[in-house]
Amino acid sequence: MKQRYKLRTAFILLAAVHAAVVFAGFLAPYGFADQDRELPFAPPTRLHFFGAHGGFRPRPFVYGLAADPSRPNVYTIDTAEEHPIHFFVAGAPYRIAGLIPARIHFFGVEDSGRILLFGSDAYGRDQFSRFLYGGQLSLLAGLLAAAISVTMGMFFGGLAGFYGGWIDEALMRGGDLFLALPWLYLLFAVRAALPLHVSQRQVFLLLVAVMGLLGWARPARLIRGVALSAKERNFVLAARGFGASNAYLLRRHVLPQAYSVVLTQLTLLIPQYILAEVTLTFLGLGVGEPMASWGSLLSSLQQYYVLASYWWMFLPALFLMPLFLAYFAAADALQERLKAVPL
Amino acid sequence: MNAGYLGRRLINAILLLVGISFFSFALLQLAPGDFFDQMRMNPRISASTVEGLRAQYGLDRPLLLRYERWLGSILRGDLGFSLAYNSPVGPLLKARARNTLLLTATAALLAWALAIPIGISGAASHGKWSGRITGLATSTLMTVPDLLLFLGLLLLAVRTGWFPAGGMISPDLENADLWHQAKDLALHLFLPSFGLALVTLPTLVRHIRSAMIEALHSPFVRAARGHGIPRRRLLFRYALPVAANPLTSLFGFSVATMLSASLLVEVILSWPGLGPLLLEATLTKDIYVVVGIVMLSAVFLIAGNLLADLLLFASDPRIRVE
Repeated sequence: MKQRYKLRTAFILLAAVHAAVVFAGFLAPYGFADQDRELPFAPPTRLHFFGAHGGFRPRPFVYGLAADPSRPNVYTIDTAEEHPIHFFVAGAPYRIAGLIPARIHFFGVEDSGRILLFGSDAYGRDQFSRFLYGGQLSLLAGLLAAAISVTMGMFFGGLAGFYGGWIDEALMRGGDLFLALPWLYLLFAVRAALPLHVSQRQVFLLLVAVMGLLGWARPARLIRGVALSAKERNFVLAARGFGASNAYLLRRHVLPQAYSVVLTQLTLLIPQYILAEVTLTFLGLGVGEPMASWGSLLSSLQQYYVLASYWWMFLPALFLMPLFLAYFAAADALQERLKAVPL
Repeated sequence: MNAGYLGRRLINAILLLVGISFFSFALLQLAPGDFFDQMRMNPRISASTVEGLRAQYGLDRPLLLRYERWLGSILRGDLGFSLAYNSPVGPLLKARARNTLLLTATAALLAWALAIPIGISGAASHGKWSGRITGLATSTLMTVPDLLLFLGLLLLAVRTGWFPAGGMISPDLENADLWHQAKDLALHLFLPSFGLALVTLPTLVRHIRSAMIEALHSPFVRAARGHGIPRRRLLFRYALPVAANPLTSLFGFSVATMLSASLLVEVILSWPGLGPLLLEATLTKDIYVVVGIVMLSAVFLIAGNLLADLLLFASDPRIRVE
């Protein structure tokens, strides 16, 4: 009973995060590259319901910010300036899910004010908007790379387990090569082999391909185990007796047995690859400016003055924790639940 | 039979290393672009100069010949030639590898020293409130991205000044006596090793706890409990030796996680280990340094797994008679 709620909660949370990221353009008040050079490192904007001299406003508002002329990146709140928050406002154009052009944003303030829920970075870009847009790259990288790894794992693991003999031996020894290296070192080595100065799109695709291709060995091992036991099952032997070809047996009878392993491996690998993308981009091996990824949002923290003075630059990392929690909980619940289901 | 088991593991490890060496070498050698790409862009350096340099460093030779020469240089302890540092790679890596080993070994000790008591107490209080809290704390720690953890530690160092913010040795202590140097080193070592230990801690605790719970529920422990053997003795003399078995193989796994995480912690907390050098070499395409570090990391990992096998061999009589 409890497990069911755990899985459901995790899936709802995951669906919400993914929806927010897909509709980043709608939810984000600004574009990921919109700069405001007047407001570098502005702190997160507070929402107010009461005016400076009391008086309840049904519509929340934010105050304007005035730069302190004597000190850089220090702001005073200008209580004379109230910018009410409007919902479904027209703003910068964007594309819904990268396809349909639109300009309606979920919330925003009029042009003279700025609403920065997560503060702003060195170029005065809204960190909240960049966080949402960054999720598009990071989540996509995780999903794609995990899909590549698991597909390859299914292919090679299925072959190794089903055919056995020298195919099994060769594939598994090959997999050992990949497992014998700490994965971050392996990623670096392959990244070093690839060209450094290519377009953003190519960098992203390269990163995803490398992460996905290098991670095939673990799922392959597990799926091999499933295939090994599945090929001895009576219904498989029966189908073989009826003259089913190897390819047919593998596709229709053996690999479907691996679906629980595939599902749990996916939920385990996706957060791992999201983290890998974040780490590599943080270290400067992923997409560069002005693109936003969760890793590039955090990379400014490598400078001591940013780290020590602007706490809100940590916010993107903190908001990753519920996402990972949801993935781990989903993997946990799936594992226990699928173990209970007799195949 | 038992010598055969160990010998087989050893031969396996060596074959694995040879395979890795060839693949990583071939991958990096066949990759498009090399160290001299930057020079080619420079209009003041003629194409023939670049070709001359490539020939001088042997970059124009065929792959197998270069591999053979590289293997020869491994035997000499050189591990190839770093073009960025203009020196053999071996001596370059020696100090770095020592620092990384120091860091990961300290972190491993710290992690196991913390994880064993936490895991055992978690198993002992399984189903009670205190056990729930342990479980909750470990799963929360698991969701903290490594990056956030290390940056948080760096922030702690920068804001409080209790610990040095990065580095390994304070520059003004180079000529101090041994005691002060050791104290300084320990102070520098604390944050990165603590961070690394925290990264592996949740996994270790979870495994230790579940292994202990399983052991505690096994029939012989229940029989022992029925005979009135005290709880403490049950935990440590009866359940722990049984639970230790799966944990030994966990040791090899924890080495792998730790090596990967140490790369990141070394870059963020500027520990002069293999991590920062690998990042630098990756960005400049200094291939022999990259291959050397990758090989070293494989050696560490395989050595960790071999050590786990040895421990298992020593602790589990079933393997010896198999």
